[in-house]
Amino acid sequence: MTTLTKEAGAPVPADADAFLSVRDLHVSFKTEDGIVKAVDGLSFDLERGRTLGIVGESGSGKSVTNLTILGLHDPKFTTVEGEILLDGQELTTARESDLEKVRGNKAAMIFQDPLTALSPYYTVGRQIAEPFMKHTGASKRAAWERAVEMLGKVGIPNPKERAKDYPHQFSGGMRQRAMIAMALVCDPDLLIADEPTTALDVTVQAQILDLLRDLQQEFGTAIVFITHDLGVIADMADDIMVMYAGGAVERGTMNEVLRSPQHPYTWGLLNSMPRLDSDLDEPLNPIPGTPPSLLTPPSGCRFHPRCTFQDRVGGTRCVTERPLLAPDRASACHLTAEQKRTIFIEEIKPRLG
Amino acid sequence: MKEDLVLPAPREAAADSAGEPLLQVAGLTKHFPVKGGFPIRRTVGAVQAVDGIDLTVHVGESFGLVGESGCGKSTTGRLITRLMEPTAGTISYRGKDITHASRKQLAPIRSEIQMIFQDPYSSLNPRQTVGKIISGPMEINDIVPEGGREKRVRELLEIVGLNPEHYNRFPHEFSGGQRQRIGVARALALEPKLIVADEPVSALDVSIQAQVVNLLQKVQAELGIAFLFIAHDLAVVRHFSQRVAVMYLGKIIEVGDRESIYTRPRHPYTHALLSAVPEVNLSDETDGGRRERIRLAGDVPSPISPPSGCRFRTRCWKAQDKCAAEEPPLIQISGNHEGHLTACHFPEEPTIEGRDEDIVLDPALAALEEGIEGQ
Repeated sequence: MTTLTKEAGAPVPADADAFLSVRDLHVSFKTEDGIVKAVDGLSFDLERGRTLGIVGESGSGKSVTNLTILGLHDPKFTTVEGEILLDGQELTTARESDLEKVRGNKAAMIFQDPLTALSPYYTVGRQIAEPFMKHTGASKRAAWERAVEMLGKVGIPNPKERAKDYPHQFSGGMRQRAMIAMALVCDPDLLIADEPTTALDVTVQAQILDLLRDLQQEFGTAIVFITHDLGVIADMADDIMVMYAGGAVERGTMNEVLRSPQHPYTWGLLNSMPRLDSDLDEPLNPIPGTPPSLLTPPSGCRFHPRCTFQDRVGGTRCVTERPLLAPDRASACHLTAEQKRTIFIEEIKPRLG
Repeated sequence: MKEDLVLPAPREAAADSAGEPLLQVAGLTKHFPVKGGFPIRRTVGAVQAVDGIDLTVHVGESFGLVGESGCGKSTTGRLITRLMEPTAGTISYRGKDITHASRKQLAPIRSEIQMIFQDPYSSLNPRQTVGKIISGPMEINDIVPEGGREKRVRELLEIVGLNPEHYNRFPHEFSGGQRQRIGVARALALEPKLIVADEPVSALDVSIQAQVVNLLQKVQAELGIAFLFIAHDLAVVRHFSQRVAVMYLGKIIEVGDRESIYTRPRHPYTHALLSAVPEVNLSDETDGGRRERIRLAGDVPSPISPPSGCRFRTRCWKAQDKCAAEEPPLIQISGNHEGHLTACHFPEEPTIEGRDEDIVLDPALAALEEGIEGQ
């Protein structure tokens, strides 16, 4: 951890074991107001069969990262730099026809709102069968049977009949199940779930999360799970990456990040969230201020305008120098490792109740 | 943005002793007609959004209303503020029946019951300045406070943690959290006694959400305003409310003080709801304080044709014939604390500890988990 700033200058070589490897990714959009740097220097790895939870607030760049992995951004207004390696294949420079072979086959995605992500024109069964026919060359009939099988697997009652229904005839929870069936129909190695349960009620959310976890055990899929809810992350993820204003600020295993967090932003998130077992009648400890505009991001550390620990670093380092994130367990902050440890134990943990 | 909020001393008008009932609702019902048929469209059914609920909000109290989408919690809020006409039942405010009061009769009461809406983007008029928005309620009610309206608005802006200089700005110049603060300032403009807050923080980011919750709590405690706090987030409701009612398909199925509802729930649905909340376990012991795990099957049934008897019976693991035949009354079950009412024929044990065997009703989950265990 002491090598944090030394190492970070040069991009780290891709991890040999990693199935998905993102290196120094920059994504920016041209808008009327100027250039928005949605993702600014992001690197991470994901191994087969593991779940990486990406947590962050709106505008932190977590969704953009994952749309970019599958090449779902609008190339006309987007500039992508850096490297995305999926099973050794470089995706940022890949041709559209190559991407088509990846999408839905090797890597699939579940979106937040299943009603807008499903086509209202086609039956649910046909929408699930389509990627299967395209990628495996199966006949229409075999693909339909596979769709029915998948619907049964994700818990749609009476799948043979329900496959003939249109999305509007499904309830919210069932639509999300259908989306999961569609994503898993080709047995992908990578599944990107972008806030898959945010639009759902809490009892349905619990069903869907457990379903995803159980299916992952059966299929051995690697999952990138995006959410703003730390509780959901704690339920799902093996590893966690915390994002703020277009970059990762902390990374580690689930236990490391949630039980001994090192970054002031992670502390802020944990402190500001009411829990079912937190102390009553104590005011919450919100993070002051608001997330920055990505048109004119703050200099130095992106979090410095909202950070209450700046004075502990001393000098103007937080304002002038952007802290970088080392590989593995790390946090992008100028505080020393010792400071991070003592601040968390002495000042943050007691407030968590 | 100011973090230390300056609040004026409580008004003398708050002489009502706390604990007195402020708002009483009995048998409140709202059915929305469903039209169908051709060429003459007839009423063919009704969405039973709210179906006979009773609740009391006391002076200065914060009362939480929690439930999943479609349970009728927002409709209840709108009925109480009389933004909708109830189909049946009575609403009385300070002992006065306002269920069918006319516009004129309502006018003086409307200033005492205010509302905070969910979406800070659509609940503020984009063509009006912040000053105009917040002074709007005073203009309508022809109130000129001491020192003029503008002074009062600046005072209100300061109370909610905004810069009084923002008086002439437009809503689009503010972030979501700041807009919600403007909504709070507008609700406070007339010195209300009761604020109906319909999901006031669910559209905000986590870090901003905490700021607004703190603001509301401060306003509630220091100005002695009663709150009807409607939300789907159980942790936020627990944090904000002294008493909590749980709704399911248009009915209140359990109500009680916060402690009872969150640690000694009796209704199976309350158990299921609490166990479904994803939680960060911050304790170092991995097994310490395991919570029960209940996974229901399917979704909430349609409120157009809700199940007979107990409405939760179609998803309940304890349901028996009696549940279909007889609607359980909302009563105090033996062993419950004073004021903790539950509508269930076969209540659960009052604990949320992990059970020997998880309750997994979802067939797909059960099948997958059996397969994994069998390996």
